[in-house]
Order: sequence, then C-alpha cells, then structure tokens
Amino acid sequence: MNNRARQHAILPQLLLISTLLLAACGSSESNVDQGNRSGTLHWGNGTEPQSLDPHIATGVPEHHIITALMEGLILKDSETLAPKPGVAESWTISADGRIYTFKLRENARWSNGDPHNAHDYVWSWWRALQPALGNLYAYMYFSIENAQEYYEGTVTDFDQVGVKALDDHRLQVTLSNPTPYFLQLLDHYSLYPVHRGTVEKFGAADERGTRWTYEGNNVGNGAFQLLDWKINRRVTVQRNPYYWNTDSVRLNQIVFYPTENVVSEERMFRAGQLHRTGSIPADKIPVYREAKDSSLHIAPYLGTYFYRINTRVPHLQDKQVRRALAMTIDRETISKSILKAGQIPAYAMTPPGTMGYYPESDLSFDPEAARQLLADAGYPNGEGFPATEILYNTSEGHRKIAVAIQQMWKKYLNIDIKLLNQEWKVYLDSESAGNYEISRAGWIGDYVDPNSFLDMFLCNGGNNRTGWCNAEYDRLIADVAPTVKTHAERLAVFGQAEKILMDELPVIPIYIYTSVNLVNNSLKNYADNILNQPSFTEMYLQAEPQQKRLTEDQH
Amino acid sequence: MLRFAFYRLLQAIPVLLIVISLTFMLVHSAPGGPFSADKAVPPEVIKALEAQYNLDQPLWQQYVSYLGDVLQGDFGPSFKYPGRDVTELIAAGLPATAELAFYAMLVALVIGVSAGVAAAMRPNTAQDYIPMSAAMIGICMPSFLLGPLLVLVFGIYLEWLPVSGWDDMPGDKILPAITLGTGYAAYIARLSRGGMLEVLSQDYIRTARAKGLSEALVIAKHALRGGLIPVVAFLGPAFAGLLGGSFVVETIFQIPGLGRFYVQAAFNRDYTMILGTTVFFSTLIIVFNLLSDMLAIWLNPKLRQQTRGES
Repeated sequence: MNNRARQHAILPQLLLISTLLLAACGSSESNVDQGNRSGTLHWGNGTEPQSLDPHIATGVPEHHIITALMEGLILKDSETLAPKPGVAESWTISADGRIYTFKLRENARWSNGDPHNAHDYVWSWWRALQPALGNLYAYMYFSIENAQEYYEGTVTDFDQVGVKALDDHRLQVTLSNPTPYFLQLLDHYSLYPVHRGTVEKFGAADERGTRWTYEGNNVGNGAFQLLDWKINRRVTVQRNPYYWNTDSVRLNQIVFYPTENVVSEERMFRAGQLHRTGSIPADKIPVYREAKDSSLHIAPYLGTYFYRINTRVPHLQDKQVRRALAMTIDRETISKSILKAGQIPAYAMTPPGTMGYYPESDLSFDPEAARQLLADAGYPNGEGFPATEILYNTSEGHRKIAVAIQQMWKKYLNIDIKLLNQEWKVYLDSESAGNYEISRAGWIGDYVDPNSFLDMFLCNGGNNRTGWCNAEYDRLIADVAPTVKTHAERLAVFGQAEKILMDELPVIPIYIYTSVNLVNNSLKNYADNILNQPSFTEMYLQAEPQQKRLTEDQH
Repeated sequence: MLRFAFYRLLQAIPVLLIVISLTFMLVHSAPGGPFSADKAVPPEVIKALEAQYNLDQPLWQQYVSYLGDVLQGDFGPSFKYPGRDVTELIAAGLPATAELAFYAMLVALVIGVSAGVAAAMRPNTAQDYIPMSAAMIGICMPSFLLGPLLVLVFGIYLEWLPVSGWDDMPGDKILPAITLGTGYAAYIARLSRGGMLEVLSQDYIRTARAKGLSEALVIAKHALRGGLIPVVAFLGPAFAGLLGGSFVVETIFQIPGLGRFYVQAAFNRDYTMILGTTVFFSTLIIVFNLLSDMLAIWLNPKLRQQTRGES
C-alpha cells in the first residue's frame, strides 16, 4: 500500500470507530424506564429556580419544587381543589367567619426531626411580613387582621397582627373580614412555615438570599427533602422519612430539570428522558392530537389572556370606542386557528366556573353593532380614527394574535393598527409607566376566587395599569364583597362589579388559558386541575410495557 | 518572549477597564430594571431591594465601588438568584462550557486539519473539492439547525445518543461537541488548506522530496509545522469564541454552562452577572489571543527572529 492509499484508508477507519462508539451508547436505559423501576419521577420544570425560600420565590418552577419540600396548614384536593387537612388535622371557623382555629398534628416534624408546632407559623409569618425580605407575595397575608398595616409600617407591634399560638398545637388566625378563600391561601407557598433554627443559622431572619435553602442546609416540613441542587442542571428531592404522612407517599425521588427550551424539552420527552413536560411547542399540539396520543394533557387553566387599554389616551377614553374594539375580535377564530389547544374564548375577565361563579357579560362578536358604536363615537367607517399601537412582549405567539386582531379591526372597523414588540423588561416598564395605547397581558389567578381577577382593577391597584377608575366598582370589590354574609350574595356582588368592568372595558378579555403538558402514561394519579398543580404526594409510577411511545414517523 | 508576554498583559489593563466601563454604562442605561416583574412590585419592596444592592446610590458611586470590588476579585451578588454570588455562578457554569469547548475544539481540529491537508495535497481535484464544499456547508450551517438535525437522527430515530443533558448519561457529550465543533472544523479546514498549499510550494519542501522522503514524512515532518501556522493563530480567538459562543448549543442540549447564564443575565437585567461574565470572557479572550500568538511565534522561525530583534 503506498502512502496516499494509506491516508485514504484513514477516513473509513475513523468512521468505523466513531460508529462503534456511538452504537455502544445505545444500550443505556432511559430515564423513564429507570425511574419507573426506582420510583424516581423526572419532571420538566421550566427554568432554573430563582430561590427555594417560600417567602422570596414567585414563579411556577419554584412552586413545584417548594410544594415537594414544604407544606402548609391546609392541602387541596388535587381534583376538586377543596381544602383538606395538611399540617392542621382539623380547624374551626367562628360564626362571623373571622376567627380560624387550627389544630396541628402532634406527629408533624421538620425534615431534620425537630418538632413542628404552632409557634413556627407565628414566627414564619412575622418573617414573611418584613419589608426588607422583598416578599412579592406579602399581599397574600393582607386578609389577616393588621397584616397590611404591619407590613406598611402603620402598626409596629406584631402582637397586634391576627395570628396567635394558643398552645404548641393550636394556632388562631383572626381576619379583618370573612374571607371565603382564606383556607386556599394557606396552601400557597407564601404562607408556608420555615424552620427558624435553619434560617437564623445562615443569617438574619429578614435577610434576603442567605444560604439556608441550599443543598445540605435546607430543612422543610414537606413530603420530600432536598437531596441536591446543581445549578442549571437539576434539583433532586427524596422522600422525607419525618413527614407526617410519609407512608402514603409512593415516589422515592423527584428530579426537577430546568427545561427552558420547550423544543428541547419535547424532544427529551420523546426520548424517554422526562415523565412530564412543563409545556409543549404550539406547533406540536396538532401532531399529538392527530396521533391521539394519550400523553397529551390539555386542561382549563385559571388564567385570562387580555388586552389592556390605556384609558388616558384621548381617543381611547370613550367607552364606545373600547366596546367597538372588543366586539370586533373574533375569539372563536383565534382559539381554533391560532391557539389550537382548546382555549376558551373569553367575554369576561374571570374564567367561568371559578368557585361556582359564572360571569354575566353582554359582550359578543358583533361587527355590525361595533361599526355603529364607532360611528357614534365620531369615527364613521373608521374615518379620522388615529393610528393606534398594540404593544406586546416579543414572542411568536403574541405576535400571531396581535396580527390577527390587527386584521380584524381593519376588516370590521376600517382602522389602522400598528404593532410594537418590546423585550420583556422594556415592555414591563412601558406598561407600568402607562407608556402604551393597547397592550397585551395575561393574568393567572393566585387562588380560585373571582377576587383574584377583579381586585386588580381597583383605582389604586398596582396591576390595574389602565388608568381606569370607577368608584362604584371599588366600593363593590373592596367594601361590599368582603362583608356580605353568604357565598351566593358574594358571587352576586362580583357579578355586579364584573358587569361594570365589562361595560366600561378598560380591558378586552380574549381567551381563557389552558394548561398543556406531556405526561408519560406510567405516571399515575396525575390530576389536571385548573391551577395545574398536581400533587406529588399522590402521584406514583407504574410502567406500562404494552404501551409503547409514539413511533417516530408520526412526528 | 517573556517580555513580549509582559507588554501584552500590560496592554490588557486599559482594554479591560474600557470593557467594564462600557458594559457598566450600557447595562445601567438599558430600559427595564432588575426587579420589574409581571405582577406589580410594591414600592416598599423596590426600596428594600435597591438598598440591598446599592442601587440607591448615585451611579458614579456604584461604578467606583464596583471597580474596587472587581479589583479584589469580587463580582458581587447576583440580582436574579438571591444568595448566589456571580463568582459562584461562573464557577458553576464554567466546567461544562470549558469541557464542551475542549471537545468541540478536538472535533474541529481532527476533522478540519485532516480535510484541509487532504485537500491541499491534491488541489483542484475531487479530493480537494469534496472536503472544501463540505467545509463551506459547515460554515454556513448554523448550530441551531445542525443540533436539532443531529438530535433527530441520532437521538430520536436511531436512539443511539441522549437528546440532551450533560454528564447525566453516557454519550451525552458527543452531539453537542459535534454541533459546536463543525462550524470551526470548516474554518480550520479552509485555513489549513491555504497554509499547506503555500508551504508545499516552498523550496524546502522540494528539497525534502528531492532527498527521497516519502510523501507522508514530507507532510508530517516538514510541511505541517509551517502549514498550520494560520490554524494556530486562529485557535486563540476560536477557543475564546467557543467558550463565549456556546449559548445556542447549551440551550439546544440543556447544558448547564456559562453561555446560558450570560444571555439570561441580559434578559433578567442581572447587572452584576452581566458585568461579571463580560469581564470574565474579555479576560479569557485576551489570554487566549496571547497564548496563540506566543505559539505562533514559537512555530514560526521568522517571527521568532523578529521578537528577539525587538527585545
């Protein structure tokens, strides 16, 4: 063999070696198969958690991990979301609906074995209300007597705040007004207790960002305890033997992966690396639907996609104009042709069915009437209507909706709409500074109650941002609703308020969100509820050998 | 040579100072602050947070104290991840990024040099055209296209390799390394072809051949050293580019590297993290450029003479 020929021979050899190397890797077991055997759940969790401190964290990814590590007084039924005993084994509510007395479990323990009692709640809630901590969910406490006053500094003595440990196992909470959704709030992580000894070991109680939540340090009271936290790689939790109900927990470990790239996440799912994804790329939904793939989970979600209208802009001050705009959005078409994941067209702010509440709205798709309204407002056939801008944060999904609405308004009202996209933080700045005309927005309820959707439009509501202010609306939401006696009366008050909102239309509701996840069939007891919060204490893994993953050619 | 290195390092100081100052001004002038959020943030909270991160001080004061901290090697706390220092986050992301860059460089060198040398040995034949056209495609093919393609073939259809992850499963480093390395392999192929063509036409190669050396020996002993100088000069910036530019590949394969942190920091307005990573990358680029220049001098007798003459 001459030299040239020898060199020619190198390439095939290299190819052969690399093929062998690649093939050698093919035999490894997938995460899902391995997890099904060992009881390890592999969970696509969106992003790297910002913090695991329940009084600092704010996002959905953080929420999932924290609910594995910690627990509140109350839990929610994962199907119906009805309150059920958590750390509190029972509770009583006074006749006026203001005083809650919780009986805590004698066998409640922290994950380091320390006893867990009522004093932990008093201290933890004191901590959560320290402004220096930067707790964005402090307002979740404001139904408790004097909590808001204490947070804002008008009350300085914490003893005046309505939370008291009657003894080691009895906690009394006094509210300013009867708050029917108060029990639900107790299952929100912002009201979870934290382990005092651990927090204070790593810094002052109100010091933001100490290392108490990190691996090796973290102490919680939940069904799982933190095993490791590798930045941008994974967070692993394992069963907590001290949890009061540990015998009923069937998962041994959960691995949370930061999967911010949804396209990669879907591929990981297909390759058996994840049991569940946090979302799915929109263009993949039809593929899974057509294949009738049972791993696709679509469920109503407690959130509304809407447009804010800046009522400080002269030509948008007239409610007839706002109404004309709202009446010429063909929501059915947007839902069916653009969104494609079963989103429900929205004609009111509050998702229908929230705590038995169904908003009445006379809003409908009616181009004829809308043209008349616009003419009445001084713009017959759209003539003279100033070019108006829709602001949205940069995203393909928002752009598609904005383009569709732009075309609808041109077609039905003959008005010119410009589109402006801004990067997320710039958009937030513009919106909160009132530097926009029409702006896309979304709101996810913190708890299942119409109040979570309606109190944001109070005159001084930080999330109002539309410049709209209505005294009667404020009175109904802030004064009347909290004091009425019965649930039915309360819903009626919300109905009245929402009617005002939908008559004045400082916001145009567009659709009610759905949650879309891929869930492997081996993951059992995964409940699709409207908060998209399945319970890790109920889930378990059981391999289904006969059900093979979707074959590749279907994708 | 040492003196050359010393002067180059001295020049780096004003460069770094300019980088820090420019970045500092840019991040602080970008609209949207680190603490703005979807839900309204109460003024009490904003105040508490700004005080904690010294954002309530005048800008020049923040700048001076930042410079002071950086001189002591302290990049400050991250705004986005409370309780994490920027140094800690860089340390967490660097190993994966460096390892990925190293493997990508290996891929690039093995493929690039062999293709380039093979092409230069028989210019303007199929042996030249085929690898060079492939190289052109490699240069044009962005990693956000190549990565998913490789994943589809090797991860999903053939099920040979994991589709993402790093150090989680055997073989999960292969696809990212190939994805990141291919573009650079293409550059290196073109550079080594050019370098080799020039060297192969030199008199000393003709002499070597005339002495009756085998073609393999001529290439390996005489031509490669000179022919690869352009490649060596490219290695420094390339390695720095691999470290700083792996963001796309890190995102596709969910690799816990520095690139993802760098880009997210900008979106999060995580001022200290942006500054920290920028300073870190600038230093890397300066150091790698210096190293590759020194290597080029060592390889090239002409340059060696020059630096000696200067010193």
